[in-house]
Amino acid sequence: MGIATTLPCIAGLLALSVAAIALARSRAGTWIVYGVSLILSAALLVQGAQALLSGAETSLVLPLGLPWAGAHFLIDPLAAAFQVIVNLGAAGASLYALGYGRHEKEPWRVLPFFPLFLAGMNLVLVADDAFTFLVSWEFMSLASWALVLAHHRDPENRRAAFIYIVMASAGTLALLLAFSLLAGEQGNYAFNFIRIATPGPVTASAVLLLVLIGAGSKAGLVPLHVWLPLAHPAAPSHVSALMSGVMTKVAVYAFIRIIFDLDGLPEPWWGLVVLTAGAASAVWGVLSALMESDLKRVLAYSTIENIGFIFVGLGLALAFHANGLATAAALALVAALLHAFNHAIMKSLLFFGAGAVLTATGERNMEHMGGLIHRMPVTAAAVLTGCAALSALPPLNGFASEWLTLQAILLSPQLPQWGLKILVPACGAMLALAAALAAACFIRVFGVSFLGRPRTANAEGAREVDAWPQAALAAFAFLCVAFGAFPGFATDALSAVTLEFLDVRLPPQADVPWLALVPISAERSSYDGFLILVFIATSASLAALVVWLLGSRATRRAPAWDCGFPDSNPATQYSASSFAQPLRRVFGTTVFQAHDRVVMPPPGSTAPARITVEIRDPVWDYFYAPLAGGISFVAERLNTLQFLTIRSYLTLVFLTLVILLLVVAL
Amino acid sequence: MQGLAFDIAHLLAGSLVLVSFLMIYQDRLPSLINVFALHAILLAASVAWQATIQNMPELYVTAMIALLFKAFVIPVSLRRMIVQLGIHREIDTVVGTGLTMLAGMALVALSMVVMLRITAMADPLAREDLAFALSVLLLGLLMMVTRRNAVGQVIGFMSLENGLILAAAGAKGMPLVVEISVAFSVLIAFIVIGIFLFRIRERFDSVDMQALDRFRGEQQP
Repeated sequence: MGIATTLPCIAGLLALSVAAIALARSRAGTWIVYGVSLILSAALLVQGAQALLSGAETSLVLPLGLPWAGAHFLIDPLAAAFQVIVNLGAAGASLYALGYGRHEKEPWRVLPFFPLFLAGMNLVLVADDAFTFLVSWEFMSLASWALVLAHHRDPENRRAAFIYIVMASAGTLALLLAFSLLAGEQGNYAFNFIRIATPGPVTASAVLLLVLIGAGSKAGLVPLHVWLPLAHPAAPSHVSALMSGVMTKVAVYAFIRIIFDLDGLPEPWWGLVVLTAGAASAVWGVLSALMESDLKRVLAYSTIENIGFIFVGLGLALAFHANGLATAAALALVAALLHAFNHAIMKSLLFFGAGAVLTATGERNMEHMGGLIHRMPVTAAAVLTGCAALSALPPLNGFASEWLTLQAILLSPQLPQWGLKILVPACGAMLALAAALAAACFIRVFGVSFLGRPRTANAEGAREVDAWPQAALAAFAFLCVAFGAFPGFATDALSAVTLEFLDVRLPPQADVPWLALVPISAERSSYDGFLILVFIATSASLAALVVWLLGSRATRRAPAWDCGFPDSNPATQYSASSFAQPLRRVFGTTVFQAHDRVVMPPPGSTAPARITVEIRDPVWDYFYAPLAGGISFVAERLNTLQFLTIRSYLTLVFLTLVILLLVVAL
Repeated sequence: MQGLAFDIAHLLAGSLVLVSFLMIYQDRLPSLINVFALHAILLAASVAWQATIQNMPELYVTAMIALLFKAFVIPVSLRRMIVQLGIHREIDTVVGTGLTMLAGMALVALSMVVMLRITAMADPLAREDLAFALSVLLLGLLMMVTRRNAVGQVIGFMSLENGLILAAAGAKGMPLVVEISVAFSVLIAFIVIGIFLFRIRERFDSVDMQALDRFRGEQQP
């Protein structure tokens, strides 16, 4: 077991990706590719779970890659935990795509890259030297780039893919530099050598900043997030689920692997940087999500928010770890890992739902939906579960991990540094704000798309999706409930990771009465998702029973109350942007320079009045636009170098040689 | 014997540098080709002397190749070429000769400083040899930069190669295969550039490289 059975499965995915080139144009191609992907990722999921629960480490060196170094592979509890996250999402996406993938118009643009993408993510997790790690990382990036470009006829998708590939290359460059700093003067890139060699404080801090750029840009930390809301929605929905739910977690893995495992002991201020980035991402992500009315893009922005939550947990873990508070660090790390796991489930579920809506209506814009709950009841129930989980409502899984993160924040008075003492509660307040805004955001998502009356003919003619997507939706909705009711099992499984890096673990939860979650001690705080679930289920059933007994059996459909206006138009309902208008007024005017502009027709004209909302992205305006401008300015100046005469080129070479010789001579 | 061997090697390598200066000074192509032939003969003598004192008979082959191709075949065919092209009376320099000579002297000084500093531990024979070889190389590059005519640039390139061969012969233990490949690469470069020259000439009625540059300039948007 362990690595010896994991690698053949990954090799199987790679082989499948080659076979898919030939299979893609046949009718059975979709079935074969997604079916085999499902089987292989389920196998990897089982192996990851086994490795995580046993806490065993297995490693292997293969004579691949660089001839003198070979390719090192290792499965430790951290890799196993993320193997579970990645392959759970992968299995779900494959199952979903068994039905969803048949609607694909050009399957040969998707099928070969899908298994490659899965293989790349799995390889990143098991890589145990920098070379293998970076090559797998690039496989992951390029395969997902190709998937973003699957519907390449839309110019917006092409732009998204371009921005994605630029950001991905920059991120990989930062990781490459981080590894070369870690490898030191000997230049040994195997992780077990890097672990032994402890870098100096300056080097280690530089590595932290580089990894924050490299992994943070893949995860979507503000201000490196700009590609994410463009690229994730551009891909086919099951791939969006993978990119948002799973690939961002691979970036979190990279951060944990390098900072907690390879980079030596942390400095106290590291936590400060990571915390700030995390809290900023959380608030920024959810505010942007509220301004957006494209369903898939809302979900992508919400990913940024949740990545912020995860990074706040990681920053807390770093701060506690740097001060020797191992138990608190373990709590924060478990909270971050649990949220990574939960978010993978919730976000995959919601992207599956968005894909189902897209198949049924052909719409991504929420303003064109409405009333889907009657036409797509299964999808609606699953999406409602996912929305409630992402809004952190108990007894669902999103609440459990956000609660754990806030519990870790409440331990911050133990920290000796005043900067952290002040900043950590501030971050807690930001997280609370983000959580509340997230609830508003998902009420808006569900309310506008599934409730009310259909706003367009497309929404009116929607049909429920077929069995495979329904199965995937139901399975993930069930997981949301299960891990919300019994989070103790997940935290117990994750304790192998804290034992690996911090040498402590949270108190075991399996034998706590009533299956409650008690992170520190019973006097301090406890959460019992199972009891809440039982209470809600019982009271709801009782209420339903009472209504059923006392109410009338007859179902009546009557016109909605329309304040006395005849012929009410569906456009008079609350729309996505009108629902967000108060929040746009409060936050948007300062953060996004949002302006509502009303254009009234001149007197006598029969044209309708128009309201337009202008929203600017300050990150884009003040950070990326000057950067891009600077780069194109320099490139334009250097462009003349392309058109010199032969003699000028010779002179350049000659002068360079002479200058280098002068450097040697002097 | 050691002293005499050293002196003769020194004399030959030094003469190569001197002839490189002579080449820079020539502004007419026929005389430039003559001086290049002399350069090649000196190179052959220098390599042959290295073969004698290092007791490496395979270096004689290198010397023979240099003598045969660089001193006879290439100069003769180059001369025929320029007569056919009708450019044997043209004057060809971009920078004034005096200025180029001064730059050349500075380059020789630079290569001496560099080599004497970084090869302090090496065998004195190889050390002097390398310093001269680097000077020849830099002077060849200087000639490529200061000539306008393609033929002048080709000769500059080949005198640069001569510097390489001198360095290779001076450093003990350079395998023969490498030298032969260097020699043949020069030969092939010569053939290619020769054909290229005729092509340029067919199209532009000139082998002045500036014509080529003007043509490229027209294509720019």
